[in-house]
Amino acid sequence: MSERAEPRTLFEKIWDRHRILEREDGQVLLFVDRNLIHDGSAPAFEALRQRGLKPRAPERMLGTPDHYMPTDVRRVEEIADAERRGMVEALARDTAEHGITAFGLEDPRRGIVHVIGPEQGFSQPGMVIVCPDSHTSTHGALGALAFGVGMTETTHVLATQTLWQRKPKTMRITVDGRLGAGVTAKDVILAIIARIGTAGATGHVVEYAGPAIRGLSMEGRLTLCNMSIEAGARAGMIAPDDTTFAYLAGRPYAPQGHQWEAALDRWRALPSDPDAIFDAEVTLDGSAIAPMVTWGTSPEDALPIDGAVPDPAASSSADRREAMRRALAYMGLTPGMPLEAVPVDRVFIGSCTNGRIEDLRAAAAVAEGRRVAPQVTAWVVPGSGLVKAQAEAEGLHRIFLDAGFEWREAGCSMCLGTNGEIAAPGERCASTSNRNFVGRQGPGARTHLMGPAMAAAAAVTGHLTDVRRLMAGG
Amino acid sequence: MEPFQRLDAVALPMPRPNIDTDQITPARFLHKPRSDNHGAYLFHDVRRGPDGGMDPDFVLNRPDYAEAKVIVAEHNFACGSSRENAVWGLYDHGFRAAIAPSFGDIFSSNALKNGLLPVRLPEDVVAGLLAQLQDQPGARVQVDLEAQTVTLPDGSVHRFEIDPFARHCLLNGIDELDYTRTLSPEIDAFMNRYGHENR
Repeated sequence: MSERAEPRTLFEKIWDRHRILEREDGQVLLFVDRNLIHDGSAPAFEALRQRGLKPRAPERMLGTPDHYMPTDVRRVEEIADAERRGMVEALARDTAEHGITAFGLEDPRRGIVHVIGPEQGFSQPGMVIVCPDSHTSTHGALGALAFGVGMTETTHVLATQTLWQRKPKTMRITVDGRLGAGVTAKDVILAIIARIGTAGATGHVVEYAGPAIRGLSMEGRLTLCNMSIEAGARAGMIAPDDTTFAYLAGRPYAPQGHQWEAALDRWRALPSDPDAIFDAEVTLDGSAIAPMVTWGTSPEDALPIDGAVPDPAASSSADRREAMRRALAYMGLTPGMPLEAVPVDRVFIGSCTNGRIEDLRAAAAVAEGRRVAPQVTAWVVPGSGLVKAQAEAEGLHRIFLDAGFEWREAGCSMCLGTNGEIAAPGERCASTSNRNFVGRQGPGARTHLMGPAMAAAAAVTGHLTDVRRLMAGG
Repeated sequence: MEPFQRLDAVALPMPRPNIDTDQITPARFLHKPRSDNHGAYLFHDVRRGPDGGMDPDFVLNRPDYAEAKVIVAEHNFACGSSRENAVWGLYDHGFRAAIAPSFGDIFSSNALKNGLLPVRLPEDVVAGLLAQLQDQPGARVQVDLEAQTVTLPDGSVHRFEIDPFARHCLLNGIDELDYTRTLSPEIDAFMNRYGHENR
């Protein structure tokens, strides 16, 4: 029986198609379709320059500044900090020098690289996509193998359009049933990470499957795959289907005309064969997932919003008790306190996790006719210039501004604060981003992760809130 | 890359799980060029107290570990962001090996490309090592990449697994990119075929 007759997973089909050669020790030289870059990629170009090399396939690259420019500026010259301005300028210089497509600060198409790759149709099913950023896993939502790499690996891809990889294991996470009202992709991924832990998928490529996943919009799928890295996964992916194809059709870099038809034929063959075997299987009941919020300093520290701050004493492991105590001390929380009683100072709606149009619509639906609580500073930071334009065309910015939110320019912003936008020590932030690590949003800042509607609910009530009550018209 | 063969050095215990790369190198130092001493940013915020002064109790600040070249932690060390700066910080501070039951995937890959050896040992062995290091501050371990062994302060010897190619590159200080560039004909042939198939 030939090897081709073996049932294969989506991951294995993409892997096989990109395998240039395999060494005796099992290392595979993998071809890379898309090499995305941003304003933190300068060291890779510098390394390339030092070796006297040039990018092997500039046409396979797309760059945009997202990490370093403040989200209250529209022009490079307006970036006050010289080092940050230098990062944005370096991207413009490096891309111009090598003929790489870049959406600069003045380009309406610019934004967070993980938002614009799918938005432009540059990221497509069946591709291998890398970027020097761990949230590259986002692009797996289109049915691609997408993962973050370091700077040395980025240099390697620039020079050769390839990467050495050892074949990872596969894990299928099936979410059965239907999600309840007010439950979003963000809640699903937080529930998954709470279940398997931040190292639960280490060494694996995850495929998300099941009716609850199939039912997600493309935006929801991007949110879900985005946080695969928070479960330790090398990558997360979802089989392409009609939702994927409808999303991609007509986008600027998507195939057009007869090439579109040919691409559809290839893409329809990508989903895992029915009897394909995964190295690990996890199953969740989607109907049992509630809106989630994190209470600690790891994404696995997530609970349904109607719960209470957990008590370390209730944990059976001494190590876990110690870790929980440390997290609660940092977060300034007391065991047993209802999560809904936790007050917030800041609200951040945006990031590569939740900065897309559907996210802004969900937040606006909660904000409409309400006011941001007096003690709260609330920001909405669209994921791209086009998301911003779309939101403005729909009047969402009016809703946010009338409610007292700040309506800002696209960028990574407070997700990690490389652009200087951070919370003050001790400030508590309801955030739609992806990491609640110690100091992630600034030294001493306290982050609670949640979905966009939940973050909007926290903004208008001034404390963590079960958005389902506001949705019911309360 | 500096070759790595054998190391006999003080090991610093950090008995915590899930130490993320945001703690190892905070995001606001990510734009610093590689030519900087990234050791200055290593655990920048967690090694300082609320007043900004060094916390004398934080393990990295204790004189016992001034010469440490091995860092030992619990599972999922250096999870999170892909920032290679986390490796640069550890390396520039003087670390040449990290021992843990598991590592963040991207960190592990970044470390191997910079002369920092990530050593995976079983959970119970690492727990024992952490206990020994806490009982005897300044105790040494031996890491032998050729033999793929770690010798703990109590003299016990433990074998570890590492990808053969990564081991070869580390042992000889070889750069992966130079090697890959010798495969240009194979890459060109693949790209021609691939471009044709995907038209």
